[in-house]
Amino acid sequence: MIAGISIYEILTVTSILFFIGIYGFITRKNLISILMSIELILNASVINFVVINKYLYPDILQGVFFSIFIIAVAAAETALAVSIIINLYRQIASVEVKDTETMKY
Amino acid sequence: MEKIIFYILAFIIVVFAIASVTSKKMLRSVIYLLFVLCGIAGIYFLIDYNFLAAIQLTVYAGGIIVLIIFSVVLVHHIEMELEVAKRSKQLLVGLACLIGLGVFLTTIYSHQFNVIETFTTTTTRDIGLGLLSYENGGFILPFELISVLLLASMIGAIIIAKGKKLTDKNNTKL
Repeated sequence: MIAGISIYEILTVTSILFFIGIYGFITRKNLISILMSIELILNASVINFVVINKYLYPDILQGVFFSIFIIAVAAAETALAVSIIINLYRQIASVEVKDTETMKY
Repeated sequence: MEKIIFYILAFIIVVFAIASVTSKKMLRSVIYLLFVLCGIAGIYFLIDYNFLAAIQLTVYAGGIIVLIIFSVVLVHHIEMELEVAKRSKQLLVGLACLIGLGVFLTTIYSHQFNVIETFTTTTTRDIGLGLLSYENGGFILPFELISVLLLASMIGAIIIAKGKKLTDKNNTKL
């Protein structure tokens, strides 16, 4: 744990980060920006897992394992999303959400 | 000392996250996201999970950011201005997010956490042994599942991004 920092302050920071991600997810009109907002939300949840593990149950490691798995799934998801975006751009020459009407391969 | 570093990191994270979701230039917004991820790695270093901080730096800052920059450069002109939502919609969403943040914070601050005051250090050896243990509380099955998932997503990404096969005039495959 961090000396002098309580768990409340870290959870405050991660909550702010989570809602910034949700704000970006709703207001952005571009597929890549939406992907970046999802990364923010995932990161906020990963910090929560790690911090709660460290502060409340320091002798077991479940939170660390779960955060490793979240990071791996986020990497897989980003790779697939980027490939879908590139294929979409090749077909309709745009990555705006309003132009994306079909998801048929 | 750690207190000051934590406040600096929290400030960096929040400011650059806001800049990342409000910036109109696409590439700049990706670079702001990179700063946010580096700040989060700093927090992992601060709470003494060095392995996780290394994973954060290599996978996120090294891999995902490069992938996103790659797709931005393939898809956009670098200096293209992004289309933004209407002002009324921005205000409405911002208000909803503030209300949600208020609910979260009141819930967190009214809960009493049983914080354990120990300074145990986690080594990479413990993490590796836990990931590969098949005893009670071991994580070998999700570990193998993740490897299969990564392989499947890699093949799927190649197939989706490859698109249609190239053909020449006589309809023979190249």
